[in-house]
Amino acid sequence: MSAVLYDVPGPRAKARNRILNVIVIVALLAVVGWVIYRLNESGQFAERRWIQFTYSSIQQELWNGLLNTLKAAGLATVLALLFGAVFAAARISDHWWFRAPATFVVELFRAIPLLILMFFFYYGNLQFQLGIGPFWAVVFGLTLYNGSVLAEIFRAGIAAVPKGQREAAYATGLRKNQVVRLILLPQAITSMLPAIVSQLVVLLKDTALGFIITYAELLYVGKQMGGRLQYGFPYIPTYIVIAVIYIGLCSLLSVLARYLEGRSRRRRKITGAPPPSAAEAATSAEAPL
Amino acid sequence: MLSVLTDNWELFVDGFWTTVRLFLIAAVLSLVFGTLLAGFRVSPVPALRAIGTGYVNILRNTPLTLVFAFLVFGAPKMQISLPTFFWSAVIALTVYTSAFVCEIVRSGINTISPGQAEAARSVGMTFMQVLGIVVLPQAFRAIVPPLTSVMIALLKNTTIAAGFSVAEAGAIPAVMAERGQNQMATLVWITVGFLILIIPLVFLQRWAERRMAVA
Repeated sequence: MSAVLYDVPGPRAKARNRILNVIVIVALLAVVGWVIYRLNESGQFAERRWIQFTYSSIQQELWNGLLNTLKAAGLATVLALLFGAVFAAARISDHWWFRAPATFVVELFRAIPLLILMFFFYYGNLQFQLGIGPFWAVVFGLTLYNGSVLAEIFRAGIAAVPKGQREAAYATGLRKNQVVRLILLPQAITSMLPAIVSQLVVLLKDTALGFIITYAELLYVGKQMGGRLQYGFPYIPTYIVIAVIYIGLCSLLSVLARYLEGRSRRRRKITGAPPPSAAEAATSAEAPL
Repeated sequence: MLSVLTDNWELFVDGFWTTVRLFLIAAVLSLVFGTLLAGFRVSPVPALRAIGTGYVNILRNTPLTLVFAFLVFGAPKMQISLPTFFWSAVIALTVYTSAFVCEIVRSGINTISPGQAEAARSVGMTFMQVLGIVVLPQAFRAIVPPLTSVMIALLKNTTIAAGFSVAEAGAIPAVMAERGQNQMATLVWITVGFLILIIPLVFLQRWAERRMAVA
């Protein structure tokens, strides 16, 4: 409840809220009940639609899909972090001929829809016979998009370190390289970590786009499993299982991001450093999608 | 290069027109639904808050492609039929985007210091006056820039509908492949199309940020 919008409730407001609470719970139960009724009516809880999950070959299939998802996400994470580091370094360069192309590349890849980026590699492969499968189309697409977003996070994080730090470092005679490496980066990393981890959640979620370009990741496997006649087209049971896996994985990462955010906030309070500047606030407020 | 565009002009125009329609309808619906959810999340009724929090946590951790797949392949199996693939796409995009809109509106409201609203209440303003005259105009300032980011993301996400039988811009490459056209040129033109749509939004965002920063 937001303290901005409401006073501390008095006895009458408390009673009213309690009544509303009960009404909402009843309405919610009604909706959930209706969904379960619909699922049951259409036979989605029937044994033959769920029995395949007890077969070890089907479990192996799911597991392979999950492994493919994690493989693409893991490799893309490493490459995107590298890409981000290189382009962030170029963007804070003192030389405009370094800065301008890097800015252009980062802005461009952030503006192109990720699926179209993947299509470039996918159809490029079909047209020029590059010999790269859908796996690499997914990985490269994810790398270019998330790498660009990460470059922006890195740059904003470094820019958000209080100005005095940089000035003091230059005053002691450090070179730009040393200032960034020894003074700015160590301080920026802690404030950037939550944003980085949130972006990795996005990356993990976006591996599901591989479904569209026929990469055999979790969702693709799910489509195949759902389309089996002998189990009565168990799309809904399969998608429920897959949703649980995705939500579990991403929630773990989200919890990590929140934990890191809480930790860095606590640390900032203890050291009495100045409040985060506008640039940093902008990165953390930017919704990762 | 240019002939790829001019020879298939109608395909491109139809595709992008569908994209724009998809974007506009989903944008309006997710703004409305997201704001409603944000209302849930700041309400004094615990059950409403729980619904809002649960919805946001689940949807933010689900891939949009899965939402699409569930609506397109799963819903018919529950005997819930949506009129066309276009509307399935609209619903999938709305359901997904409103979770992000909700978070932005909620954190926007929370940036207002409680003293503002307390002062407003103490001069006798009603709830609607506090909200309409004091809280929302100030929250708006914090909301507009990130909300534009979400809208840009929504515009880009419309391409996912291509994988689910909606003939929008993302579906152009598949048709062009059938026609045996140059794929790279096609994709470059699609990129150009998206840049034309996105760049005004980016400038709108910068402009709004500057304008809001002054106040």
